[in-house]
Amino acid sequence: MGLALIHHLFLAAAAVTDNTKGLTAIGRGIVYGGAAIGPGIGIGLVVGNAISAMARQPESAGVVRTTMFLGIAFTEALALFGFVLAFIISG
Amino acid sequence: MNAFLAIDVPPISQVTIWGNGPGGFNKTAAIYVFAAVATLLLFVLGTRRKDALVPAGLLQNTAESGVAFVRNQIIMQTMGPDGLQYLPYLTTLFFFIFFSNITEIIPGVQFPANARFAMPMTLALATWVIFNVVGVVKQGPIHYLKNSLIPPGVPKFLLILVIPIELISTFLVRPFSLMVRLFANMLAGHLILVTFATISAALFAKSITVVIMPFSFFLLVAMTGFEILVSFLQAFIFTILTAVYIGSAMHPDH
Repeated sequence: MGLALIHHLFLAAAAVTDNTKGLTAIGRGIVYGGAAIGPGIGIGLVVGNAISAMARQPESAGVVRTTMFLGIAFTEALALFGFVLAFIISG
Repeated sequence: MNAFLAIDVPPISQVTIWGNGPGGFNKTAAIYVFAAVATLLLFVLGTRRKDALVPAGLLQNTAESGVAFVRNQIIMQTMGPDGLQYLPYLTTLFFFIFFSNITEIIPGVQFPANARFAMPMTLALATWVIFNVVGVVKQGPIHYLKNSLIPPGVPKFLLILVIPIELISTFLVRPFSLMVRLFANMLAGHLILVTFATISAALFAKSITVVIMPFSFFLLVAMTGFEILVSFLQAFIFTILTAVYIGSAMHPDH
């Protein structure tokens, strides 16, 4: 009885409302959020290790900083692919 | 939610579609003309006093410290003394990208021209052509292909897996990620500034919510400062990656 009612309500809701816009927004959020997880961890690793390297050997800070920016740029590219993909998705 | 806060965020289609002036000349094109003219004037006017050993004046100081920055921080770190012949191109690239990024925070303009991907794509294709030509000329076509597809020290049976990956990552992903990195960073920064500016304006218009306004306004100011750093950093990263790619085509790993 209760299940049948829920099923009926679900069918009615699906028939009346058009969810495309909301689902597109949710999809964009999931795409960008998912794409940001890995690069977030990766950039944290890169910068953290660069800082500990600079703290151990302050005289090598210049080289480490350049290499750190390179590492950030390579890691960050994945998150930016997700950012662009979120705009490409259309309902 | 938008009606409640009375926030009138510009529709996202406005980010990708812009009204054109006569001959398709729009705001983006105007900013690129400004960037090209500014780069040209900086180095034409800044290097007029050739006989002066002690630099004087804002233009000459900027031009000379810019060239020294590209030479010491970019070329010497990635390519070594062999790469000094690319100093003019890389310096021009750096200042052109920086000038077309920095309009993001100039009041009245407030739009980074590189948030449209036509020019980042052109610059990335130029980088792609340059490092491929350098590799073919310096190493010969067969050696260049072999050195860029087969990393040193890979076991024979892994080659069937490694060669397609290296092919895609060297010749397809490199220019694509160069383009997307510059374009998406500037677009994201621009969207953040637009969001906080519209939120600040909407909260200021409502009499009750004006109490919350300083928070978003503070973040707007802070993000504007952060975007100065980002426009410099993106110009730096684009230039240094170009240098790294040219350097790896000149000196392959052994």
